[in-house]
Amino acid sequence: MARPALTGSRIRRYRIDRGIKQAELARQCEISPSYLNLIEHNRRKIGGALLNSVAAALEVDTTTLSEGAGAAMTSALDVAAGGFVAAGREIERSEDFAGRFPGWAQLVIQQQARVAELERLVETLNDRLTHDPFLSASLHNVLSTVTAIRSTSGILATGDDIEAEWQARFHRNLYEDSQRLAESTEALVGYLDAGGDADRTLSLPGDELEAWLTDLDWRIEAFEEGRDVDVSEVIGEAGSVLTSSAARTLAARFLERYRADARALPGADLEDAVMAGERDPMRLAARFSVDLPCAMRRMATLPGRFFKGGLPPGLVICDGSGTLTFRKPVRGFEPPRFGASCAMWPLFQALQRPLTPVRTELSLVGQDDVRFETWSIATSDYVAGFDKPPVVESTMLLMPVLAQVGAEDVPFQVGTSCRVCAITDCPARREPSILMQSDTMV
Amino acid sequence: MGGTVLLIEDEPNIIEAIRFILSRDGWRVDTHSDGETAVDAVRHRRPDLIVLDVMLPNRSGYDILNDLRADAEFTDLPVLMLTARGQKKDRELAEKLGASRFMTKPFSNGEVLETVRALVGQ
Repeated sequence: MARPALTGSRIRRYRIDRGIKQAELARQCEISPSYLNLIEHNRRKIGGALLNSVAAALEVDTTTLSEGAGAAMTSALDVAAGGFVAAGREIERSEDFAGRFPGWAQLVIQQQARVAELERLVETLNDRLTHDPFLSASLHNVLSTVTAIRSTSGILATGDDIEAEWQARFHRNLYEDSQRLAESTEALVGYLDAGGDADRTLSLPGDELEAWLTDLDWRIEAFEEGRDVDVSEVIGEAGSVLTSSAARTLAARFLERYRADARALPGADLEDAVMAGERDPMRLAARFSVDLPCAMRRMATLPGRFFKGGLPPGLVICDGSGTLTFRKPVRGFEPPRFGASCAMWPLFQALQRPLTPVRTELSLVGQDDVRFETWSIATSDYVAGFDKPPVVESTMLLMPVLAQVGAEDVPFQVGTSCRVCAITDCPARREPSILMQSDTMV
Repeated sequence: MGGTVLLIEDEPNIIEAIRFILSRDGWRVDTHSDGETAVDAVRHRRPDLIVLDVMLPNRSGYDILNDLRADAEFTDLPVLMLTARGQKKDRELAEKLGASRFMTKPFSNGEVLETVRALVGQ
């Protein structure tokens, strides 16, 4: 992989980028070219005054050389580049770009977010034109009426030998049809106007739910406090955040389960246990006589302050097809919104062996400051009865742990999605990564 | 000319207009508006050609066409499909089911006449 994580490699890259010879840079920094060569190949450490003068000679910030641009920013840039083939040529320089032009890099990232949003909007609109029953019925209505008008007026316009009786009839039909056309277009315009606020009405139901839960910090306080509140009341309080009925249906399903979970393992008990140092969902499940997925879902509602390091846990749930049905992102782990996830997640290992708990420590490629302790389990329910396929659900709880940058013992590495994953020799790779298409820089 | 056309369509003013232009061209035009009983109407009337709307009450024009083509007696009956949706997949479906021609609303009177003449002349 072309992205260097080490200071020496960064120096080398910036130097080559600026067309400065090794000997020239060495001279400016008053060291020997061979010593600089060792530094550039990470065989000698560099810091302090020497790093400052190298940075000055290369006209970059010292921190850009020592830390590089943030991994988050770099991977966001990689995602942005993924949509455009021409950008692929410079993909290995995204960190360089982010370091040198943080403002512009931020702009690229924001534009990418906007592009993705608009693409989704177009898709939704397209979907709507094809599947919206009202729209399709009223368009059919308009077209039918226009057809009748066109045909009738065509007859009247060309017909010199039309009997008076027929003429009167066609005139009456024309009048009727024009009335009908006026009414149906009015209804259509009204409908389109009402749906015109794209941001509110056209986002995906899952996104609406996620936006709402993010606002609430992924906690429903009423249920945590054990108040006997109706699910519909909680949804009512969401107001305009949950507009579509599909999003409300998703929210209702989520809330029903949340309320049942909170009854089985009340907020106060959970907080006491975790405050006392318990962070193993299996033991929590045993202690409160709930099933493991429930204990995991409950832990995922706790804010960061309950955990060492102050980072709140993340939670991912998928169904039997591997489709993510719930995604609570966590620092350093942003499950993909569209398309398939990384097949190496323990979530999917668990899915293959239902009822077998899987505990794994892992890190995300490109994120060297945080690693994760994960617990996963899949359960299957034969709700449809004997001889029917089960409804399978796999749940993964992720507990982020801050790690020392450059630590030796890197745990098992996974990605988020193949397109933006840098693991070259992954046995489960589904499609080539945009990060590997041009591996020319040394 | 002077053949018989069965027009299966449920918009009264479209029926009236098409009937008028075809009659004036010398065709005998029968009409039928219900999808459910359309196949029976074809069996009963035995027209030289049918003009079949896709969106009918109770049964879709595609289903009617499918039934007709399955009947050996109507495999070669010229069928002109009318639809308000000109999408590629609608056209493909009509072709697959054996429509002789496919016409998208709003059509012109001239188009209808020409197509009907061409279909029966075949």
